[in-house]
Amino acid sequence: MSESMHITLKVWRQKNAQEEGRLEAHACDVSPDMSFLEVLDVLNDKLVSEGKEAIAFEHDCREGICGSCSLVLNGQAHGPHKNTTTCQLHMRSFKSGDDITVEPFRAAAFPVLKDLVVDRSAFDRIQQAGGYVSVNTGSAPAANAVLVPKDDADSAMDAAQCIGCGACVAACPNASAMLFVSAKIAHLGLLPQGQPERKKRALAMVSAMDREGFGNCSNHFECGAACPKGISVANIARLNRDWLGAVLTEREERKDEGD
Amino acid sequence: MATQEAATTTLSAQHVHPKLQSKSPSGPMAERWTKHKFDLKLINPANRRKFKVLVVGTGLAGSAASATLAEMGYKVTTLCIHDSPRRAHSIAAQGGINAAKNYPNDGDSIFRLFYDTVKGGDFRARESNVHRLAECSTQIIDQCVAQGVPFAREYGGLLANRSFGGAQVSRTFYARGQTGQQLLLGAYSALSRQVGLGRINLRPRREMLDLVVVDGVARGVIARNLATGEIEKYAADVVLMCTGGYGNVFYLSTNAKNCNVTATWRAHKRGAYFANPCFTQIHPTCIPVSGHYQSKLTLMSESLRNDGRVWVPSKMSDTRSPEQIPETERDYYLERKYPSFGNLVPRDIASRSAKEQTDAGKGVGSTKMAVFLDFRDAITRDGEDAIRARYGNLFQMYARITGENPYKTPMRIYPAVHYTMGGLWVDYNLESTIPGLFVLGEANFSDHGANRLGASALMQGLADGYFVIPATIAAHLAGRALPAVTEDHPEFRAVAQQVTDRTQRLLGIKGKRSADSIHRQLGNIVWNQIGMARTASGLQSAMRDIAALREEFWNNVNVPGSGADLNQQLENAGRVADFLEFAELLARDAYEREESCGGHFREEHQTPDGEAQRDDVKFQHAAAWEYNGEGKPETRNIEPLTFEVVKPAQRNYK
Repeated sequence: MSESMHITLKVWRQKNAQEEGRLEAHACDVSPDMSFLEVLDVLNDKLVSEGKEAIAFEHDCREGICGSCSLVLNGQAHGPHKNTTTCQLHMRSFKSGDDITVEPFRAAAFPVLKDLVVDRSAFDRIQQAGGYVSVNTGSAPAANAVLVPKDDADSAMDAAQCIGCGACVAACPNASAMLFVSAKIAHLGLLPQGQPERKKRALAMVSAMDREGFGNCSNHFECGAACPKGISVANIARLNRDWLGAVLTEREERKDEGD
Repeated sequence: MATQEAATTTLSAQHVHPKLQSKSPSGPMAERWTKHKFDLKLINPANRRKFKVLVVGTGLAGSAASATLAEMGYKVTTLCIHDSPRRAHSIAAQGGINAAKNYPNDGDSIFRLFYDTVKGGDFRARESNVHRLAECSTQIIDQCVAQGVPFAREYGGLLANRSFGGAQVSRTFYARGQTGQQLLLGAYSALSRQVGLGRINLRPRREMLDLVVVDGVARGVIARNLATGEIEKYAADVVLMCTGGYGNVFYLSTNAKNCNVTATWRAHKRGAYFANPCFTQIHPTCIPVSGHYQSKLTLMSESLRNDGRVWVPSKMSDTRSPEQIPETERDYYLERKYPSFGNLVPRDIASRSAKEQTDAGKGVGSTKMAVFLDFRDAITRDGEDAIRARYGNLFQMYARITGENPYKTPMRIYPAVHYTMGGLWVDYNLESTIPGLFVLGEANFSDHGANRLGASALMQGLADGYFVIPATIAAHLAGRALPAVTEDHPEFRAVAQQVTDRTQRLLGIKGKRSADSIHRQLGNIVWNQIGMARTASGLQSAMRDIAALREEFWNNVNVPGSGADLNQQLENAGRVADFLEFAELLARDAYEREESCGGHFREEHQTPDGEAQRDDVKFQHAAAWEYNGEGKPETRNIEPLTFEVVKPAQRNYK
């Protein structure tokens, strides 16, 4: 129904983590109603029918919630639109004749595995260090026993919407994971259920983040601009407060123990 | 005498099928689960650490089971097909999770949730299982709240509820339109905690490619490391498959692209019976197909039907824009046909009704394969802000995909494959016909019968993982003497070799077509012949077409690259090959089930006014298919279903 558009994709190809990568150009005829990933599907189908290796890229739900897709388009993580993952980006956002450079999320802590696929397991290790409430199955109190003010629940939900895609890291000049970490700190820290471990959590997650080789925050706020879920950079301030408070009181506690 | 005996023994012979003992407890329905838990042996905490549990899959069921069993002290290894457990497709569930808390004081109870689910499933689920599910529902909410799941709240700080998907009580808990995400992240946090504590060995980017059965007992799996291509062996004392449904056999579905039937199909070929594959759910509110390149369909939560009104123009082939069609020329067909449930009829009915309208030439939009979902009246009544607060994210998603503004012009929707009620047959303990192989969540067949009610999938995945399996795993571990089996066992080596050979075979065909293009073709066959309405002749032609396409695949697929690194084409080819085998069983099951029930609609079997007509005399049973070897027809075994509490009746939503 819609007119065809002609675009040129310049796609990052890299055999594996060891070898160097390069950009490879492909001319594509596309419909404006196609999603960006469908353009890659069609291109891959063509490559395979020509006996060439398909472009590896991470994707799954294709509705903006799983956090798999991880492309930098013309230098922007997830492309030109605010609050939009690459899988939800449609070609009507581009013009016929456009060149689009397609690269993976780049960061020292996200090594490239192949083409556009990177290893984001560092995020999992940060979660494993403290991104939870310690509650075993079966030991929960009745759900309505603890009241949560609606505003707190809503703010917690705002932060909890993080899909763990890593666009914040890819967009940050320091490849910092502060927005990702702060989203979890804020989500749990805003709820009564998260209070007992609040300090411990901040210390554990921040030190895990440092161990993984993510950079520091220097207030560029590119992360917030790139985040497809609109996670607020105000969460970073909360993280800093929680962490600083924890560092101070942790020293107190250590001193107490030493006495 | 002899004939009469034959007639009565058919049923009793069915009762004694040695592998299809449901192990449902007896006694009063409300006490069965408690009684069963008491009757099961316990494993003392010091002994639990001696047992190796292998969990395949990290959706709601897999993550919940992994975390809970690790908390109890079992040695857990968990395989995850994604780069992270947080990406499992449970994350995409939108609307909510049911629980019989009765917080709104509107007459809900465990019994009512049980009743609604048995009826909603069109009397094709096992009553004891459904009652247990309803019982567990309330504990799930407690557990998730304690984990920090940010459910919607009222101003007083209490949990909010809404009515959902054909329920007349408000029992659905939700976290905006991202309930699945928040529940999965809750389970993921519990899983992550156990990984951090060193109690779960989490292996991401691993795809189960076969099951290893030693002396008739499931003892582990063969998996491929998707990053390196390495074929790996995992031995255990018990295997839990939490590998989701098979909706992607239709190619276009609301399932994520990685959802596949491979794990369950391979287990089936090793002896696990596959039950009711023809029970597939077509969800009524999805964004319609826009072009041939379409890679998946997007669901919009059916909570939209709480405020949106579904209609088509009364005239055929009406090309006016919806705003120009006056009220008198609109057919609000759900409200007309089902005055008491209106737009909230169950999914199977809403979907089939949409198809009726498009078949009658009343479809809308450029493809004519859509109906309107209109918020005009709700916006007039409650204001645009109220509608935005309720559905803002869904409206935004719709606008992004279609380029249209649903606040101004009605949404166009059409049904799409969404969920599969069929799956590996399991008994009350969730154990398959292979001892030691348990199946949880969407991968099993047990709780939803022929049709799943909205907001019940999350409930079942979490009930299975958090509360059922931690108790019933003892049925296997405490009940059997398990000889030590390691990855060096000859059976592990043999199965690993078969997996390697198959991979090499796929790589060696070097034909002309991508696996994806063949999958798309398969999807067309399945959607057209085994979709919303099925006929004997259509199913027969589907079986022929699928077999021919399978031939084409094994002769003409091209899988570039090697097996020794990350190769998504190879991963996909293996999955498509399994879908091509499975699809034939799906068609066969639909062919043999000569009745209409829930999501399975045979055109030959309908009431005069077009509703599904069950045949309880012939088909009040689960069909459990038994694999007999390459190229041989499968055997259809049955588990008869009895309804002691909810008496089967024709579902009536008028």
